[in-house]
Amino acid sequence: MPDTSRGRDREVKPGRKGRLAARLKGWGGPPGPFRPEFWRSPLRGPWLTSVLGLVLLAGITLVAITGLVSYAAYEPRLPGNDTTPGRGLLGFYLFDWPTDPVWLYRLTQGVHVVGGLTLVPILLAKLWSVIPKLFSWPPARSVAQAVERASLLLLVGGAVFQFVTGILNIQLFYVFPFSFYPAHFYGAWIFLAAFAVHVVIKLPGVVHTLRTYGLRDHLRSSVADTRPEPPDPGGLVAADPAPPTMSRRGLLAFAGGGSLVMFGLSAGQCVDGPLRRTALLAPHGRHYGTGPNDFQVNKTAASLGVTPDLTGDSWRLTLVGPHRSELSRVDLLAMPLHTYALPIACVEGWSTVQTWTGVRLADLARLAGIRTGQAGVTARSLQRGGYFGQASLSAAQVADPRSLLALRVNGADLSLDHGYPARVIVPNAPGVHNTKWVRELDFGQERS
Amino acid sequence: MTGRNLWARAYGAPWWHLLVLALGFLVAGYAATRVVDAGIWVGFVVWFVGAVILHDLVLFPLYSAADLAARSSLSHTPHRGRPAARRRPRPTGRRPAPLNYLRVPTAFSGLLLLVWFPLILHGAEPNYRAAVGLSTIPYLNRWILVSLALFAASALLYVLRRLAAGWVGR
Repeated sequence: MPDTSRGRDREVKPGRKGRLAARLKGWGGPPGPFRPEFWRSPLRGPWLTSVLGLVLLAGITLVAITGLVSYAAYEPRLPGNDTTPGRGLLGFYLFDWPTDPVWLYRLTQGVHVVGGLTLVPILLAKLWSVIPKLFSWPPARSVAQAVERASLLLLVGGAVFQFVTGILNIQLFYVFPFSFYPAHFYGAWIFLAAFAVHVVIKLPGVVHTLRTYGLRDHLRSSVADTRPEPPDPGGLVAADPAPPTMSRRGLLAFAGGGSLVMFGLSAGQCVDGPLRRTALLAPHGRHYGTGPNDFQVNKTAASLGVTPDLTGDSWRLTLVGPHRSELSRVDLLAMPLHTYALPIACVEGWSTVQTWTGVRLADLARLAGIRTGQAGVTARSLQRGGYFGQASLSAAQVADPRSLLALRVNGADLSLDHGYPARVIVPNAPGVHNTKWVRELDFGQERS
Repeated sequence: MTGRNLWARAYGAPWWHLLVLALGFLVAGYAATRVVDAGIWVGFVVWFVGAVILHDLVLFPLYSAADLAARSSLSHTPHRGRPAARRRPRPTGRRPAPLNYLRVPTAFSGLLLLVWFPLILHGAEPNYRAAVGLSTIPYLNRWILVSLALFAASALLYVLRRLAAGWVGR
């Protein structure tokens, strides 16, 4: 392939600009990583980058869609649910979040979090495969290249930013100087814009490379047979390759093995049963014991100022609606009780199915003077501070017969950390919408 | 000269290249105005640019240097001071090099530490204990045990492959 940039330079009229260009060309750029000979791995090349790029394209698309789905699951149009400041056009309403299938949010959010973790080694391998381009000299050979490199800052910065904030957030390591929600939300839009641009620009070349070389030849060769790819105009292939220490097949297995390790040690937090014990390195796959209340706690009562004196006999549930009333726990237990096995699935990726017993939200709505399906509800908690001290549910969510104000779990009273005296449990709702320590159910809210 | 040629010479790529990039910058730029509106832009920019620096100029050089050190130490020690004549000639392609059996478990162990260091090194302890009601203390032992298992599996595989290669070579 002819080097077009060189041909263009030759046509530049002699003058100050021409002399400068000639001198820069003679200089050859700064030393070290800015010289092509610095990069010696014989594995780098368009084929390897294309394969890793295709894997990332599939993986990031999945993580991006499940992320957007999670935004929809929060029912952002309902009062108080989306407190992201200044969201403007990006706070658009997608669709009413369904209550069926009950495992949907469990699945999508598990895919989002565990999928993101699984992609970390692939992302690192992809960045390794293209790192010589970061130091390519001169920094840009054309206006097009300069503009594209600016977009790569958004792509790489956005990718690492999204992975880092997500990974720190699920470990509750809040070292960033901003709230996670707006940062991860806006960071996603910046990253996805750059990602879409990158895919549109690069995909034709990826398809061409893989059509030309196929998958089989490079995957078959052993370490001894591994040769550098043919020289490429992009400068990924080493100018002075070192002898191979790993085959391309080996490198892909290496990255894939890293993914398997990440997946294998964290996916257990999304399942019940003995496999849950495999979540050795996941923040929320912990065991609390074998009692009816011994399942994952996401926020303890103590951390949110909920004390036993607030939840004792003096506790009352206030129903707000056309008929305002106050109910004690004894009053609630005297109402028709229903039992359902429903998952509780957290935005941080973990989930578990438990058997909940309580009063239907639809029955409480009727008691407040609301006809079934006519209004949603805003549940308010006793908790002091923290996020999600209240959450709004849609009319459809309230109308679902499996939506409960739960009083018991697995046959026992709720423990204080699981929301005693009463908590909301709604099929397929994100965990934080299952408000704990409920003090008020307000059926009188308008849609915002 | 056609307009298309003129454009390609001045810009360096087809027209749609610029259009796609402009659309991308438009969406990203709008999201950036939301970041400003949310009042978090200073920290956001620092972390965004910091993310690039952290990967490209810290993490990448660190693991590359570690790999280079491992490669040079492993490629020198076995040959030094050992007369070539004493060694039984073997088909070189079959004998496994020890490098990758060290590289892979080290990388996986490092990857796990990189991702889970707030739990493993107890950085998240105060928030974690408040939220989950448990301590992060078990994670250090878990990481050590997983790492040991990875190294042990790799060493076992190396010994088995070496034995197999020895039998074939004999």
